Amino acid sequence: MPVAAQQRPERTRSREEFVQNPYLPYPVRIDDITVESEDRNLKTFKFVFLNPDDEAKFAYRAGQFAELSIAGVGEIPIGIASSPVEKGFIKFTINKAGVVTSHLHNMQVGDIMGVRGPLGNWYPWDLLEGKNVLIVGGGFAFTTLRSSIIYMLDPANRKKFNDINVVYGARSPGMLLYKNELIEWEKRDDINMHITVDGTKDPDWKYNVGFVPPITEQKAPPGDENSYAIVCGPPIMIKFTQPVLEKLGYDHDHIILSLENRMKCGIGMCGRCGIGRELVCKDGPVFTLAQVNRTPKEY
Amino acid sequence: MSTYTEKIREIAQRLLKECRVEMVIGFRKGSVPMMNEPCFVRKPEEVDALVWDSNCGINLANYLTNRKEKIGIVAKGCDSRNIVNHILENKIKREQLVIIGVPCQGMIDKRKIVAMAQGEVLEVTESDGQVHVKTAAGDQTFDKKDVLQQNCSVCVHRNPVISDEMVADPVEEQKDVDPYADVAALEAMTTDERWAFFDDLLAPCIRCYACRNACPLCYCPTCFVDEAKPQWVGKSQDPIDVRTFHLLRAYHCAGRCTDCGACERACPMGINMRLLTKKLNKDCLDLYGWEAGLSLDSRPALDVYKPNDTNDSIL
Amino acid sequence: MKVIKIEKSQWSPGLEKLRGAFRLIGPVKEKTWHDFQELAAGQMPDLAFQNTRLSPKSLVFPQSEIMLDYSLDKKDPDCNIPKMAEKDYSPRAVIGIRPCDAKALALVKMNFDTDEYQDPYWLNLYNATTFVGLACDAPCSTCFCTSTGCGPYHEEGLDVLLAEREDHFVAKVLTDKGARLMDSAGWSTALPDAAVLDQAKSAAEGKIVSKIETDGLAAADTMALHGADFWEDISFACINCGTCTFSCPTCWCFDIQDETYGKKGVRMRNWDSCMFPIFTVHTTGHNPRDTKLARLRQRFMHKLKYFVDKYDKGIMCVGCGRCVRQCPVNIDIRNISKLMNNLASEARCAVQGS
Repeated sequence: MPVAAQQRPERTRSREEFVQNPYLPYPVRIDDITVESEDRNLKTFKFVFLNPDDEAKFAYRAGQFAELSIAGVGEIPIGIASSPVEKGFIKFTINKAGVVTSHLHNMQVGDIMGVRGPLGNWYPWDLLEGKNVLIVGGGFAFTTLRSSIIYMLDPANRKKFNDINVVYGARSPGMLLYKNELIEWEKRDDINMHITVDGTKDPDWKYNVGFVPPITEQKAPPGDENSYAIVCGPPIMIKFTQPVLEKLGYDHDHIILSLENRMKCGIGMCGRCGIGRELVCKDGPVFTLAQVNRTPKEY
Repeated sequence: MSTYTEKIREIAQRLLKECRVEMVIGFRKGSVPMMNEPCFVRKPEEVDALVWDSNCGINLANYLTNRKEKIGIVAKGCDSRNIVNHILENKIKREQLVIIGVPCQGMIDKRKIVAMAQGEVLEVTESDGQVHVKTAAGDQTFDKKDVLQQNCSVCVHRNPVISDEMVADPVEEQKDVDPYADVAALEAMTTDERWAFFDDLLAPCIRCYACRNACPLCYCPTCFVDEAKPQWVGKSQDPIDVRTFHLLRAYHCAGRCTDCGACERACPMGINMRLLTKKLNKDCLDLYGWEAGLSLDSRPALDVYKPNDTNDSIL
Repeated sequence: MKVIKIEKSQWSPGLEKLRGAFRLIGPVKEKTWHDFQELAAGQMPDLAFQNTRLSPKSLVFPQSEIMLDYSLDKKDPDCNIPKMAEKDYSPRAVIGIRPCDAKALALVKMNFDTDEYQDPYWLNLYNATTFVGLACDAPCSTCFCTSTGCGPYHEEGLDVLLAEREDHFVAKVLTDKGARLMDSAGWSTALPDAAVLDQAKSAAEGKIVSKIETDGLAAADTMALHGADFWEDISFACINCGTCTFSCPTCWCFDIQDETYGKKGVRMRNWDSCMFPIFTVHTTGHNPRDTKLARLRQRFMHKLKYFVDKYDKGIMCVGCGRCVRQCPVNIDIRNISKLMNNLASEARCAVQGS
């Protein structure tokens, strides 16, 4: 055992707890696991809170993330893929990559683990009301964008927003997340979907073929003061999408990004995710491009 | 100013002027007593920053790893041996280097001086084998040989083993010293005594890794203590993990360590973790007749197999 | 606040009385240096020191601390559900902390006690502690506290400030917590002439000869400082060890790790360092601060610029000089701040001139 655990065994200990210990996860049960991608590297986990009161405490907004917490393994910060308008569960889509996510991919329905959050800020929903919203997503970074689309399309919310356009791309059709929902959204007339893949051999593929930046250039509506773009994807996609959006007329303070950095605490205390004076975990992960421009590129 | 300093500046200026190197790596005067700072100089007019005295204990070979430039480097005996290691281990190419050899007369141990001085040390100067210490309480003078780093006091390779320029004629090598007296003392202990000794030795470790990072041998892109998949060692202050770090690091240095003392010197807690590597140095010498970094023409002992190799090194 | 005279003859009897109500912690000589430790029965704090090797931050922020514990035994109904680890938060008194280190804790508190989140581990230990400071009448040559908004008699973060004299201590009681401690110890002789402390303070401040230049940092442009040329020269010597961050009283970064022992496990935190490459490395292998230049720059930009901008409480440094004394390659925060400060004023002049 660590030294600290061995110290002072002779003293009677008191279990003093703050009302809220921000490091203590809410216990959850894995309720469902969906394999999302053809390479089986992406799975969506649906969690149900063990203590029903915890769901209310976990009130979140689209764009936030949480620390998924596995006893004996560790924690991993993941964007929340479910939407605040979906009740009774929370969902996360997880790419198998490191120690915690690899372990998680081997877990089963019914297993108990923890969720700590919600953490970070969210897309600026108050600001976006009455505006046109362009969503640009790539790969498995589509998770909080799904949360956002479900939120905006909710009958109680749809009228708050003007035009909604979505450009979403993946390497191949089999790598697109949430395919059933994509197809449903395609059929609707209150959202313009521009689905694309880098390439496909499927002769029946009826959507776009091409990388996200050029498809955005062709399909996305021009920007103006009433339009905002939310961009979430791999660094290379963000890099090449930025000039496209500029060309389309989106100002830097109308381009909204969600950043990623290595995190541990998720609550702005452990210090590692800093970019300049901002902490990605607490001051972000959502920043405007204008904010990011004033910050060292350390993400 | 020492003649070594003048000569280093002269050579550095010439090398830079003649474009034989893009940079010269050496030391500049530190901001506190008994400390110099490793630095580089790129322009001939900047060479006056370079100094040499008995506070140049950091091993400059550490600053060569994977560099691409043509480099002039100031090297005392142990630095030169680590440069040989670096060349043998493909961390730098011989043709990239112009080695400015410094015959070394030993580095002073700042902890010894702090312990021997009355009051806080404010200034330290040296002349003719003597070290003059100015403290708040007054002035003291010590014989340099009494305040040398322990590894320097028993060093038998003071002269650079490889060089392109020399700042002075070679110094006489020490002959009447026993480099391994401290290891012999450890070997004479019972297992329990030795266990208690190392327990106490490593207890103050704060895992800042200054020893590892000051060591020219520790250039792994990811050290085993930092690996996550799999995680070989815990990251807390658990004494088992602390010892695991020190023991494994020592084994990684087996047959490579030149006993330059950079690790002990860098340690903020003053831990002599050199004892671990020195035991392995002694074993390499006893079992294979091998001392690291003496020649570019032979492969390190643990890098080659010979049919008549001893079996005693197999655990 | 009251100023009390404690005769040296009353010192150890008073400390013994305190033991009824407090666990006592004080400087103790270890090998060749001093560090803070819990004082065993009869053990007195050793006040004959300039400052401790490591800062006393570990008293509220242990280098390794268990945060949560849990069972991994499937038969246990709470299997896989972490609980807050049991802790001893009984009252403690730290005797002899230097004013710089106490101020450092006050600075660090801003990180652990925020509007949104409170770190229970740090705060429980901090709140359980009464800090009895020891003024510095003989500061080190590397101390530069007076130019960091601190000083040898600085009171911030202390409950009592002690100044040691030949045959007595002068104790300035600064908080109710401090008053309770003085009562418990039975030290109550009021000192008629409290001005003696002010004179001693001026005298001690006069002995601080070293300075750090910071006046231009707040107005400086972050990106200009970040992109400055001098970082290559400064960072060259850096070996990216954790000595500066671990010895620093104001560095607070930590790592969180799970460790298991059979069917039990803990989630713990350990000090971490922005000097270490793995501090920021992503799972993909991408490292946003992948050079030692970037890592060293982060440390000094955080202390001397980001912190200044974020909190408007000056720099994240109290001038204790530990990093200056202990850096194995002599990287000196005073030199770096000077370079940053000079660049800041040059940049301002450039703006004014345009």
